[in-house]
Amino acid sequence: MSLLEIKNLHVRVEDREILRGINLQMNAGEVHSIMGPNGSGKSTLAQVLARRDTYNVTSGEVLFNGKDLLAMKPEEAACEGLFLAFQYPVEIPGISNAYFLRSALNAVRKYRGLEEMDAMDFLPMLREKLKLLDMDDKLLNRSVNEAFSGGEKKRNEILQMAVLEPKLAILDETDSGLDIDALRIVAEGVNAMRNPERAILVVTHYQRLLNYIVPDRVHVLVEGRIVRSGGPELALELEDRGYNSYEAGAGA
Amino acid sequence: MGSGRVATASPAIQKYAESFGGFEKSAASHDLAWLRKLRQDGFARFSETGFPTTRDEDWRFTNPAAIAQTPFRLVRNGRSLPSQKDLNQFQIPGVGCRLVFVDGRFAETLSSIGNLPAGVTVCNLASEIARNPGAIEQHLGRYLDTQRDSFGALNTAFLEDGAYVHIAKGVVAEGPIAVLFVSTAHEFPAVNHPRNLIVAEENSQATIVEDYVSLGGGQSLCNTVTELVAGDHSVVSHYMIEREHAGAFNVSTLRIQQGRTADVASHSVLLGGALVRNNIHPVLAGEGGECLINGLFIGNGRQHLDNYMLVEHASPHCGSRQFYNGILDGHAHGVFHGRIIVHKDAQKTDAKQTNRNLLLSDTAQIDTKPQLEIYADDVKCTHGATIGQMEENSLFYLRSRGIDEMSARRLLLVAFASECMDRMKEGPVRTHIEKLIHDHAFRLAESSLRKIA
Repeated sequence: MSLLEIKNLHVRVEDREILRGINLQMNAGEVHSIMGPNGSGKSTLAQVLARRDTYNVTSGEVLFNGKDLLAMKPEEAACEGLFLAFQYPVEIPGISNAYFLRSALNAVRKYRGLEEMDAMDFLPMLREKLKLLDMDDKLLNRSVNEAFSGGEKKRNEILQMAVLEPKLAILDETDSGLDIDALRIVAEGVNAMRNPERAILVVTHYQRLLNYIVPDRVHVLVEGRIVRSGGPELALELEDRGYNSYEAGAGA
Repeated sequence: MGSGRVATASPAIQKYAESFGGFEKSAASHDLAWLRKLRQDGFARFSETGFPTTRDEDWRFTNPAAIAQTPFRLVRNGRSLPSQKDLNQFQIPGVGCRLVFVDGRFAETLSSIGNLPAGVTVCNLASEIARNPGAIEQHLGRYLDTQRDSFGALNTAFLEDGAYVHIAKGVVAEGPIAVLFVSTAHEFPAVNHPRNLIVAEENSQATIVEDYVSLGGGQSLCNTVTELVAGDHSVVSHYMIEREHAGAFNVSTLRIQQGRTADVASHSVLLGGALVRNNIHPVLAGEGGECLINGLFIGNGRQHLDNYMLVEHASPHCGSRQFYNGILDGHAHGVFHGRIIVHKDAQKTDAKQTNRNLLLSDTAQIDTKPQLEIYADDVKCTHGATIGQMEENSLFYLRSRGIDEMSARRLLLVAFASECMDRMKEGPVRTHIEKLIHDHAFRLAESSLRKIA
């Protein structure tokens, strides 16, 4: 059984069809990348999978670990093991990062029938993960993402992923706004979490991140459809040739 | 002050006049001429103006007609007191000193003063007037402006008892001093007029908590006035917590007189009550004074919570900061009216005012009004207000991490309120208020979610 199976997914926002029949299968242990130009529907796909309700799914089916993902609330999807690293992480003044992370972890643990973790056990674990991402301890006591730099916000997303240990992580343009050093650190963090039980879907416009997180499969998303799939070499080809030929082709 | 208002209000005023006639003759220390005059002047002023109406600029957003039209009766004579057990629920953990007033009457057997350091006096005002009238006369009624505020005038007319706190020069009162005002249920609409006097002498420090609660329902009005005298270089924190039942009326005034380099913080937390008006009126009378006016109001149902501030900068080099956060759900109506007056000589004034509001329903309402009157030329005054809804982005972000919707809503409400709590000094009072807010946010999140479902 595939970990993620998307069948003929159609999604509208207001009266515009953004996704026009997506088909995709991912197995545990695999890293896939979805590449596409701006406005192709990449982020919509990521948000629909994370169960944002502002999108209207008009047809299609998504199975996550064999369960109907489209019937789940965002928190259920998260507890089932789906994680979205946001393109634009949200600032939440008044909630400390550490408290947020522990609340999230305990919500997930509770759902899975595990005991909640107290601060004594949680903090040492969190400090280990911080090291992995070369993050400052001080970021734990600050409000979630508030006054974080762009790079700190993206690292904070990967930190959350490291704490929650999802089955499927979707990285939505995690490379945007990162300088090359930060990109390397984030990629190392992600690579450290690659394992045979976990799948990772890397959504990106540019190929550079894929030099560091090498995918098993690359899919090209243009105008709401996957127009081509291939191995990692496809990313390099796109870097050279751009998306133009596909856009023209998709229009024809 | 048109004569028309007096005419329309007169039947109600007549009732109060009868009540005042009876009260005056038997009130504590009625033999003191100055006190008699204070009460009589108060009543004269009240009967001249009657209750305010929405034509009064200071009451534009709050209609006190429901108070004016209710035939309240003064609670006077001995009823059986609630038991200590009834009051345990209101105890602030870690606070050893607590005065208790039941329907405005001092309940000595329910109060406990604890071990106070030398130089700290905590007792009921009536007994201190009897013991030491000269010292009280020096302050009582000297600061409250009964001309501006007819509720204050009414309170002064019926002034009899309340908390008295005195901190001698140079003394630090370490633990908080709590005053619990309990309204109990009566077969008739019941009114009481607590009058508190807090005097912090030069270079002293203290923390005072006024906590308004009710036992049982019923129509009630608590019309309270506190005069707080913060001597030169004193540091005083004052907390006002309103958590009476959802049918109670509460009108309160905190009049602060600040000396040179005095540092005063006022924290108002309005959670309960049907119609609540909280006036904070600091006068920065000495150079270099600092005043923090911090507030949080959380309303639901048909609650009306009005926060009125009049900050008077009367001396140079003083700073005042007003921060109020409001959360309103259901048909609740909140008011933030922040008036700042910078007098002619108050150069180098630094005054800041911020009001942030979160509306959880389409029917909740907030009126926010900054009002700056600046008569000095070298000052810094800023103000700002925001009104928003719960951020869908934040909610989705939390939920996408596995946190269920109700917990996510509660977290965001607490986060919004925590700005106000962060301005309180750490200690038992802040911990207590944090707990109240957490419980309140829980109920609010639950009810707002039920509405969506």
